[in-house]
Amino acid sequence: MTVGVNVSRFEGIAMAPPDPILGVSEAFRADTNEKKLNLGVGAYRTEELQPYVLKVVKKAENLMLERGENKEYLPIEGLAAFNKATAELLLGADNPVMKEGRIATVQGLSGTGSLRLASALIERYFPGAKVLISSPTWGNHKNIFNDARVPWSEYRYYDPKTVGLDFEGMVADIKAAPEGSFILLHGCAHNPTGIDPTPEQWEKIADVIQEKNHIPFFDVAYQGFASGSLDQDAASVRLFAARGMEILVAQSYSKNLGLYAERIGAINVVCSSADAAARVKSQLKRLARPMYSNPPVHGARIVANVVGDPALFGEWKAEMELMAGRIKNVRQKLYDSLMAKDKSGKDWSFILKQIGMFSFTGLNKAQSENMTNKWHVYMTKDGRISLAGLSLAKCEYLADAIIDSYHNVS
Amino acid sequence: MSSWWRSVEPAPKDPILGVTEAFLADPSPDKVNVGVGAYRDDNGKPVVLECVREAERRIAGNLKMEYLPMGGSVNMVQETLKLAYGENSEFIKDKRIAAVQSLSGTGACRLFADFQKRFRPDSQIYIPVPTWANHHNIWRDAQVPQRSYHYYLPETRGLDFAALMDDVKNAPDGSFFLLHACAHNPTGVDPTEVQWREISYQFKVKGHFAFFDMAYQGFASGDPERDAKSIRIFLNDGHFIGISQSYAKNMGLYGQRVGCLSVLCEDEKQAVAVKSQLQQLARRMYSNPPLHGALIVSTILGDPDLKKLWLKEVKVMADRIIGMRTALRESLEKRGSTLSWRHITDQIGMFCYSGLTPEQVDRLTNEYHIYMTRNGRISMAGVTTGNVGYLANAIHEVTKSA
Repeated sequence: MTVGVNVSRFEGIAMAPPDPILGVSEAFRADTNEKKLNLGVGAYRTEELQPYVLKVVKKAENLMLERGENKEYLPIEGLAAFNKATAELLLGADNPVMKEGRIATVQGLSGTGSLRLASALIERYFPGAKVLISSPTWGNHKNIFNDARVPWSEYRYYDPKTVGLDFEGMVADIKAAPEGSFILLHGCAHNPTGIDPTPEQWEKIADVIQEKNHIPFFDVAYQGFASGSLDQDAASVRLFAARGMEILVAQSYSKNLGLYAERIGAINVVCSSADAAARVKSQLKRLARPMYSNPPVHGARIVANVVGDPALFGEWKAEMELMAGRIKNVRQKLYDSLMAKDKSGKDWSFILKQIGMFSFTGLNKAQSENMTNKWHVYMTKDGRISLAGLSLAKCEYLADAIIDSYHNVS
Repeated sequence: MSSWWRSVEPAPKDPILGVTEAFLADPSPDKVNVGVGAYRDDNGKPVVLECVREAERRIAGNLKMEYLPMGGSVNMVQETLKLAYGENSEFIKDKRIAAVQSLSGTGACRLFADFQKRFRPDSQIYIPVPTWANHHNIWRDAQVPQRSYHYYLPETRGLDFAALMDDVKNAPDGSFFLLHACAHNPTGVDPTEVQWREISYQFKVKGHFAFFDMAYQGFASGDPERDAKSIRIFLNDGHFIGISQSYAKNMGLYGQRVGCLSVLCEDEKQAVAVKSQLQQLARRMYSNPPLHGALIVSTILGDPDLKKLWLKEVKVMADRIIGMRTALRESLEKRGSTLSWRHITDQIGMFCYSGLTPEQVDRLTNEYHIYMTRNGRISMAGVTTGNVGYLANAIHEVTKSA
């Protein structure tokens, strides 16, 4: 049967559902109400609720402009100076892993792209192996594994009763997984809950992962952004590395350097030998080539320049402390407002215990929808709010909205 | 403790990018890199276009870095569609084109391949022989089965048009074909306008889908409108095509990874649906595309003076390459080579399919420190007035007994 050219090949294609996270900002933009508040996507805002380009980034860009560097293709694995800097930031420059050359680092398209590369590696070399992801986790994790054809299942994580960590459930589910599974862990500032294991709990998690011969797979999107300290926020990853374990780590500079749009990150594989690391790196390159050939240069150069210059590096750390500090202040004000206004006696202290950009409010889907429909507060339907989008000035308004949604909507 | 990664073999070196790695490692002062397709000036240096530098000055240090939408920069995409479809294209006016910013040409091809796999799971892709090596990797990793169609005829170093048309006719109705819009990579052999019209006609008869990879618009003839001729022929004939566009070469933005994937649809509603699906595929690969390169492109194309400057600079690059083709051919003929080298000037774009065998290429590398891919593809962009004599001499030496 001959198909004429008047009928498109793609006639039957349905409209894809809006992305649950990125779609929130689109809806916010369309809202004309002056009280509207965007607590959707996790992009840092100043107290004036403006996007923030870090001063060190502007300085680095000006330096780069002055130098007039060329725009040649990077190698498939990315900018060497960036790869070195990012691995050192993660593990510490003195870490034996670095000295022994046991880490394969490939520049990736921020966190998403690095996770996708890792997934493709798992699919190719561990066919049938599962990734265990926390319940809940960042919405795009399961999409990435689905498109990479890697099976996944969930381990218990969030306990709605305590608005805290279901540690027993987490350990039990990791223990129950088939030997040799990949366990996806958030290095710090868990997204969407903001709930992190304590150092003691991390030790126990490492114990059970070793027991079951699983592979830890860290998503590190907020190093430096959570506590304000790069080293402190890397403690979980370093704990595992110190035990001699083999680890996958995806990194992103979207938040901590504010380089969201430049798509800069890395996939790291800590191996038990330099030889294994070399082989793994070569295969990561082979997976990247048919995806995009080689990664974008601009963001990589910014990171390498900032980290490579002691003055700029110091300035960066200070700016990061400021950003993390603003979030902590906002958490405090929100907590104070909630405790002052809510007469029900509900304990809102989980807001202070959580860490990082996000807070899991404990609001359910209907309550979250009430936040948007009645109060023009934009957030994701799982009850997650981005504190990075909250100013001290709006804390009281938000507290009113939360109290109303929590108590008056079921 | 034993490693999880024992079964991981070292990957073979990428045949194209591996050449540059080897070149960089060579200490010889005579070395010549005619491997990867990145433009060089007559001093063998990489070039950043003036229009690009000016655009960067305008955007440096003062812009937000918020995430682009999943579909990328709307401005950049609009300007890019004008280049491919025509400044006053009715398809743009009628909003019938589903288009997203992509990670250069590779990313556009990969998005399309994934899209094809998801929505036409029973389809295959017909790929010319030869083609850019990464095309095979892209459709393979997208899990779309590949078929080949005749393209290059070694005997003539030209197009095997009769066999190409046979393959088009013999493919099942409604097959998907990958076409190089201009400056075929690696051969430099393009169909004539008349041949393009015949291909388009036969595609109509068979109901085939044409996917154009256009990585060299402006770079081939020096005139972007002329280089888009094949696409315009298909559009005029009423085909619903797909296009991958790249700014790596024609704007020298290689490392910025900026390009565009577009799919022409029946109407606006369908274009919106298709775009939403392309965005979703992108979301799972990298969430949203990088900003910097897109800003450079939209700054240049959105400013009439900068755009004029760009067009001038593209012509300079294309003209230098055409000049080097002539110089290389004349050099070889002057040295008394009895072989025919007219294909060097017949072919177009960055590459010349020299006809050299892998063994001859190895000799060029080992004895003369001349680096190219083993299929005999010479990147003319790496040829300069300074090295054309040396190159001609070496080629003559390894071929004179052939």
